[in-house]
Amino acid sequence: MKRRNFLVAAGAAFVAGCNRIAETDAGKAVLNAAESWHKSAHRLLVDREALAPEYPKSAISPFFRGNGSTDPQNGDYPRHVEEGFANWRLEVGGLVANPLSLSLENIRRLPQRTQITRHDCVEGWSAIGEWTGPQLSVLLDAARLSEDARFIVFRCADNLSGADYYESVDLIDAYHPQTIVAHTLNGEPLPIRNGAPLRMRIERQLGYKHAKYLTAVEAVASLDGIGDGQGGYWEDRAGYQWYAGI
Amino acid sequence: MKRHALSTRLWHWLNLLCVVTLFMSGLTISNAHPRLYWGDWGFDASQAWLIVPRFPDWMTIPGYYSLSVARDWHILMAWPFALGLLFMWAAMLINRHFKRDIVTARREWRPSAIRRDIVEHLKLNFDHQGAKYNFLQKLAYGLVLGVFLPMMVFTGISISPGMEPTFGWLVDLLGGRQSARTLHFLFAFATAAFFVVHVVLVILAGPIRQIRDMITGGREV
Repeated sequence: MKRRNFLVAAGAAFVAGCNRIAETDAGKAVLNAAESWHKSAHRLLVDREALAPEYPKSAISPFFRGNGSTDPQNGDYPRHVEEGFANWRLEVGGLVANPLSLSLENIRRLPQRTQITRHDCVEGWSAIGEWTGPQLSVLLDAARLSEDARFIVFRCADNLSGADYYESVDLIDAYHPQTIVAHTLNGEPLPIRNGAPLRMRIERQLGYKHAKYLTAVEAVASLDGIGDGQGGYWEDRAGYQWYAGI
Repeated sequence: MKRHALSTRLWHWLNLLCVVTLFMSGLTISNAHPRLYWGDWGFDASQAWLIVPRFPDWMTIPGYYSLSVARDWHILMAWPFALGLLFMWAAMLINRHFKRDIVTARREWRPSAIRRDIVEHLKLNFDHQGAKYNFLQKLAYGLVLGVFLPMMVFTGISISPGMEPTFGWLVDLLGGRQSARTLHFLFAFATAAFFVVHVVLVILAGPIRQIRDMITGGREV
């Protein structure tokens, strides 16, 4: 059909134009700027302490889907699984005065926060679960964060397609009351597919920010030189937005 | 006086660019998880009320599967789209385009009047005495400007997790995050349906004059 051919040709020309714009430096700059306008608008309209919605127990999804790594086989991880994570450590380091190395037992003894929140994947799906763990702010305060720190980097045990997973947030999200280092999901230790034994909860951003299989929390002044410098595994690898509140 | 005000013409073409980019990048986003749910959550086919077909690459921005690039375009064009819509509403309230041309009168809602209008449309008689737009046009433009496009903005805000602490009431009003996402897609397709009907009617009503007038403004008939 002629009309369909015309439509396909018009669509293809438009797409080609968009792609060409996206490849220019100016195009890239505009696309990145748009992301930061959203972040600024969110920061303007949303109080830095304002909470993501919390749900009653009855709203919990019967199963909590896992995405990305769901059963890491690299490095020491399988050994930790065999040991029931008895020797797992969480390092808190970087720009801090008092670096910490915590066992799961240490982490469980800290003041805990339990929250029933909704997890939104960048792909579009959502699941609701009950998470328990200490607030990240408690760890950062105990480690005495340096004034030079601007970002908190989350290091992970899983290696996905040849690169170590990692993520990062700014200090606003790091100190948000719902930002916790979760060790429990729905009253049970985290399942492997959801990040056992520890994962981050960054409740006002999309799922890829919620780093799983957490091994270290690192305070830095800049994201340059970490991974490919874009602030996270998917940001480096596929150009995902560092600010994932959109 | 011109047939189309400058503000209308500027917004019309800006909005065309925004809607096309948003729709085509939105099709890539649909391909990322082509299932729609109601309520707060949903991730599995068994919970979906609709499995959306996969959209071919020639329909999508970019012309290959990349959720991050599609989101880049979506996130960029959301700005001129939402601000443009706000501008158009302000302009048509100030220049009275809304009151004069789009607001319907009670008598136009009489079934006999609506029937007559439909019959005239089917006869491809687009000559309407006096008023700028006939009833079906007013209804279509009113729905698009007053419901479809604003709902794209509101449902879009609702599915941004960073906005939710402030706009949680809106998410609740829409029936939860997955309902808001479903509505986002439904209003997108409603807008696309309007687009198709609009283009077909422009072609039937004399495309050269219609497009010329939407560029130059034309003359009041």
